Amino acid sequence: MSGPLQDWKSQRKPFAAVASAPVFWLALFFIAPMAIVWLYSFGQNAGPADIDISGTLDNYKRATEWLYLSIFLKSLAVAALTTGICLIIGFPVAMAITFAAPKWRPWLLLGIMLPFWTNLLIRTYALMALMGTNGYMNKGLGGLWEGASWLRTLVGMQPLEAWTPVQLLYNNFAVVLGLVYVHLPFMVLPLYSALDRLDKSLIEASLDLGAGHFKTFMQVVVPLAAPGIVAGVMITLIPALGAYLTPDLMGGTDSQMIANVIERQFKRANDWPFGAALSFLLIYAMFILIALQSMRSNKVKEPR
Amino acid sequence: MTEMKQPIIQIRNVSKRFGKVTAVDNISLDIRAGEFFVLLGPSGCGKTTLLRMIAGFELPTEGQILIDGQDMSLVPPNKRPVNMVFQSYAVFPHMNVTDNVGYGLRISGVPKGEIRDRVAEALELVKLGGFEDRMPDQMSGGQRQRVALARSLVMRPKVLLLDEPLSALDAKLRAQMQFELADLQDKVGITFVTVTHDQDEALSMASRVAVINKGEVAQLAPPSDLYEYPANRFVADFVGSVNIFEGTLTLDEPDKAAVECPGLGKVYLNHGVTGPHGANVWIALRPEKIYLHVPGEGKAVRAAAQDAPDGHNFARGTIKGMSYLGDITLYEIQLEGGQIIRVSRPNLSRHDQEDFTWDDKVSMHWRADSPVVLLS
Repeated sequence: MSGPLQDWKSQRKPFAAVASAPVFWLALFFIAPMAIVWLYSFGQNAGPADIDISGTLDNYKRATEWLYLSIFLKSLAVAALTTGICLIIGFPVAMAITFAAPKWRPWLLLGIMLPFWTNLLIRTYALMALMGTNGYMNKGLGGLWEGASWLRTLVGMQPLEAWTPVQLLYNNFAVVLGLVYVHLPFMVLPLYSALDRLDKSLIEASLDLGAGHFKTFMQVVVPLAAPGIVAGVMITLIPALGAYLTPDLMGGTDSQMIANVIERQFKRANDWPFGAALSFLLIYAMFILIALQSMRSNKVKEPR
Repeated sequence: MTEMKQPIIQIRNVSKRFGKVTAVDNISLDIRAGEFFVLLGPSGCGKTTLLRMIAGFELPTEGQILIDGQDMSLVPPNKRPVNMVFQSYAVFPHMNVTDNVGYGLRISGVPKGEIRDRVAEALELVKLGGFEDRMPDQMSGGQRQRVALARSLVMRPKVLLLDEPLSALDAKLRAQMQFELADLQDKVGITFVTVTHDQDEALSMASRVAVINKGEVAQLAPPSDLYEYPANRFVADFVGSVNIFEGTLTLDEPDKAAVECPGLGKVYLNHGVTGPHGANVWIALRPEKIYLHVPGEGKAVRAAAQDAPDGHNFARGTIKGMSYLGDITLYEIQLEGGQIIRVSRPNLSRHDQEDFTWDDKVSMHWRADSPVVLLS
């Protein structure tokens, strides 16, 4: 194909004209700052606001110490768990939207996307209000508890002890729950678009050939939704790995994730070089994830 | 195939309603083992719904469907002894030909060796030997259809259901597949039930055709009966091309009848109609059953009568439209009463189409057993 404006090699000037603005933008506001941070990671503090880029690898050595590596691995585990839960919850949701009556579908999708219209901070505080020791969740559970206690007295049994609120916030459970809550739409949307493209007669054909619903799901639906699953996993895993706000607000002292450690280096600890090194380790880890995914998708395209 | 055997499929008073829409309206019909049965009708007539109810993808709102004597009301699609070839073929895009065809056997736990043999046999049957490792996206529509056919046939179903099997193929391939499907059905001896909106397909492949209109069976007959003895105006018009004239039954005796049609005149038949005298009826006359003549010169008024052989009906008109189709030429002729009648004429020699042209006065005649009298 070499129509007008289809091949940049034969149409250099128009392409240069169109491309220069975004390239300039990216160079100035993305590549340059990233390059500066990258250079900082090879430097050391020479004063309260002065960094000497000496080419040292000390920051990276320190970053790979167990103290930080363990937080990094824990972040990965939390992100993976979040992604897994999102997938398990998101798949049926996406299926339900796909099979809903056409007039309902846009509304259901709107319901999935609605949280995006609200600030993350507000959503997180709202969730915290729900989950606090004085929150509605505890109040609801307390009400049930009291109801049960009252029922016991009705049949002449001893009433239950007074309700002690459950600690739902400020622990790892709260972090995972908060991350799942925030990232679920990212999982549902790619899954929905993959399932929506799936020809429904393939499912009928599988049923027709004797497969039950579970076998049809495993043999036909999941393999054909694989691109959507991979996209959903990536788009959930990567932001979850770098999550900052949720663990900061909802986590306890032991549930900090790598982004919280990085933030501390840039702010309270005022150790920019070390923060930069940690940041780049996180970026490299994400690169590896993306590279693995693209290797996989290249493999799929190859004819057998 | 024995005549005494019970029908392989019995459809008993089946209705299907989607909300307020009635897709299938109290249909009862039997499909015999080993026949090539076609459900023919315009789009939206309920034929596909009926097929999907046989497959189990839809449940009847009322009535019951029996396959091989067993009530299917509570049997899910994956437990029914029927298989379906989908309109879109529904070949699994993530499996090669072998895996596609072997899918059903793998699911039902058939031993590997047997799967291999049966898949090879099925591929041979649909002439896809050598395509074992192909992925569906490397195949043409016609080849994918053969995969879908093999995938169903390999299950050895009691009935094979085909939903518009030829609609996505181009004209040449469609004509070829019509023969191949009929041939295949003959070879495997499985009952085929096909849905189509294409009357050519129905006439060429079927042993019997059910014409469906608005959720009801308009006529159930072998193809030639459908064409030559349509039961009503819908069938006459839907199957093939036809001229229909409204008229009044003025004479009805065991060996002759006459219908007075305004605009066409009195149409004589050499058989009785057994309709009430003076009844409002319709005459259906196929375009190819009308002979065309140039009226003899100078005797314009009586020309038609003289040109027609004894016992033929006749009429006069003017050619208002012509379309040359190669094998035949189609004429639209305005009768003296102003109505248009369509006549087709085979081009038996290379110059036949030059015999008539626009605005020619012509006379027409047809045998007394050619028109069909329709009561509805």
